[in-house]
Amino acid sequence: MSITVKNISKRFGSFTALSHVSLDVRSGGLLALLGPSGSGKTTLLRIIAGLETADDGVILYEDEEVTHRSARERNVGFVFQHYALFRHMNVFENVAFALRVRGWKQGQVRERVGELLRLVRLEGYEKRRPSQLSGGQRQRVALARALAAQPRVLLLDEPFGALDAKVRQELRKWLRLLHREIHCTTVLVTHDQEEAFEVADRVVVMNHGRIEQVGSPRDVFEQPATAFVRDFVGHVNVFEGRVHSAVG
Amino acid sequence: MATLNRRVLPGFSLSLGYAVCYLGLLVLIPLAVCFLKAASLSASQFWDAVWNERTRAAYALTFGASLAAASANVLLGLLVVWVLVRYSFPLKRLFDALVDLPFALPTAVAGLVYSSLYVQNGWLGQFLVPLGIEGAYSRLGIVLVLTFTGFPFVVRTVQPVLEGLEPELEEAASTLGANRWQTFRRVLLPPLVPPLLTGFALAFARALGEYGSVVFIAGNKPFHTEIAPVLIVARLEEFAYGEATALAVLLLVMSFTLLGAINLLERWSKSRAT
Amino acid sequence: MQPSLNPARSANNGDPWPVRWGLTLAAIAVLTVLVIVPVVNVFYQAFGRGAAVYWHNLFGDANTRHAVLLTLIVAPSAVLANLVFGVACAWAIARFRFPGRAVLLTLIDLPFSVSPVVAGLMFVLLFGLQGYFGPWLRDHGLKIIFATPGLILTTAFVTLPFVVRELIPVMEAVGPEEDLAAISLGANGWQMFWRVTWPNIRWGVWYGAILCNARAMGEFGAVYVVSGHIAGRTDTMPLRVEKLFQEYNTPGSFAVASVLTFLALATLALKTWLERRERQEIAEALTYPNTRGEE
Repeated sequence: MSITVKNISKRFGSFTALSHVSLDVRSGGLLALLGPSGSGKTTLLRIIAGLETADDGVILYEDEEVTHRSARERNVGFVFQHYALFRHMNVFENVAFALRVRGWKQGQVRERVGELLRLVRLEGYEKRRPSQLSGGQRQRVALARALAAQPRVLLLDEPFGALDAKVRQELRKWLRLLHREIHCTTVLVTHDQEEAFEVADRVVVMNHGRIEQVGSPRDVFEQPATAFVRDFVGHVNVFEGRVHSAVG
Repeated sequence: MATLNRRVLPGFSLSLGYAVCYLGLLVLIPLAVCFLKAASLSASQFWDAVWNERTRAAYALTFGASLAAASANVLLGLLVVWVLVRYSFPLKRLFDALVDLPFALPTAVAGLVYSSLYVQNGWLGQFLVPLGIEGAYSRLGIVLVLTFTGFPFVVRTVQPVLEGLEPELEEAASTLGANRWQTFRRVLLPPLVPPLLTGFALAFARALGEYGSVVFIAGNKPFHTEIAPVLIVARLEEFAYGEATALAVLLLVMSFTLLGAINLLERWSKSRAT
Repeated sequence: MQPSLNPARSANNGDPWPVRWGLTLAAIAVLTVLVIVPVVNVFYQAFGRGAAVYWHNLFGDANTRHAVLLTLIVAPSAVLANLVFGVACAWAIARFRFPGRAVLLTLIDLPFSVSPVVAGLMFVLLFGLQGYFGPWLRDHGLKIIFATPGLILTTAFVTLPFVVRELIPVMEAVGPEEDLAAISLGANGWQMFWRVTWPNIRWGVWYGAILCNARAMGEFGAVYVVSGHIAGRTDTMPLRVEKLFQEYNTPGSFAVASVLTFLALATLALKTWLERRERQEIAEALTYPNTRGEE
């Protein structure tokens, strides 16, 4: 399902977070919103999700205007920066939450939760509490929870920001594989360009509430549209290749 | 941090609406009625009701006793909180929990037991009365019982601040040559002054309005041991509603002013701490 | 009052031992004279003539029995009303920003600064026979002053701030992220509240309710004014203590007082236990951040 952002603006008091931002996300794509702190990327993500309301502009989900719909009605899967897992529920109940509030029967719930936990490779962790999980595990639970009710859109707010470098790398690869498997339109917010380039097929560079450039990772890297993009990006080597054959 | 738009989280209108209605009905309307009634008196009626020999005695006593009790609370409270935070001794946790008893104990019980303790043949009175210390049916009794009811205030406002003082401060002071007393006076006491003042103000405010405990121990003799709230009740029992309300309004204005002062004090305290 | 988060420091921090011992003994003496001796005395005087007399004092007297019953009706009613209000008001204040928020916060604190006698007087002015609604109430056969509804109203006024003031810091510490997550996952308002918000705030709610109840059961001045203290009909337990005292029935008075004291001690015990739970809750919230980071 495609997402269209048209002319979105948002102010917090005297601070302008977003200024006339427009964007298209093609159905099934994986888009990264990349930028430094304060660039507005998280605000934009939250507006797309319905967790903030914009002052101006429209949001469309596949030609349907959702600007005034609540987060609940938009059926999005949102993964919060610090996971926001329900600390009083175990892993099973966290993942099952979206199903429970929709009134699913116990048998169906069990089946779906099992499916999801297999997907995120956390089978056997049903009874654990969030406080008993590592950061990477919590992140995967948050993802499974967001995917439970088959959202039209998956939105991730700095999903790997709070994790160790090694765990971050593993999860990035894994997210890419997951996306290939479930084909859900996905938007990811990050300040880490390596992450954006590795995971996304399109990158949006933002700064001070405006979009600086939109393009594939290669385009952004090789042909920076503005001075900001050129300075922000560029400490990373991007290689493109195709796998011909594998050994082992 | 971004403000949470009220349309994202549910329940804003419901919760705020209910809260405002409840407060309006339970707090604002009764208060308004009180002021309205007082306003229905002429200026001279009002003045006669609130300023005569008997009321002046009551104000002096209420004010004086509350001041004395709050001051006692500062000294005793500082002593107790100092020991609770810095030293350890058996049953310390029990004593810590007991500090809150005056909050939990009904004021009538406090008044009852204090009056019976300090009477001539009471547990404490038997030692004190021969020394000339009349705890019951006297002004001293009022101060005693007000000290009891206000006791937790100073302890609980100072406690978190004292606990938050880093040991490094004292260590630094002693490496710089200060002895214990100087360290106490110059390094440890100053940060405690704001919460001490706040605790004092809270205890003071509480004492001004206290009724239940004082009624038992004071004897309530007009001009001698009658506090302002007792006077209000006396007027009510005479069906002199206008006069009672006039006195009540005076008390209210004093309390609100104190409340404002306490809020300012707490804000000043917080700004000093950060 | 908020439980403090920092554990008490260990002893032996540089103060010379005579000072330590002197101050410790002095503090213990203060607490003993001020708090412990009175408590012990209450029970001593209540049970002084033996258990049988005690029992008779409490349950043999019809008026005393009624007073106990009345307290058990009035206090929980006031607590329940303030509990619902407390949760609603704390939700509005902790989760939203709106004009007049500071005014609301001040209004909540008002009952603390009103003398109980004045609180009672206000309701008499409203609902008493000569009050604004007096004639209307009389015509409809309704009684508020000198009857149970008046007692409940006044008690609710006096104990209004307890639950709210406890809940606002708790809600602020826990943060809105879990509630937002629930909404994003499709929960409606009530589902979010019962499944996600409530488990996070309930210890704060019980703590506030305990404090509220202790004060409600012990309220004297306000209820004194509003009840007309008609023995057997509008006397709560504290009023009964006073009535018996006036009648020179000291053992009876102390018997009732002992029940109230016991309730106060139970409140303290519960409060200490709840404080620990609440502290755990907040500590978990702090080490397990759900607060939004920067953009």
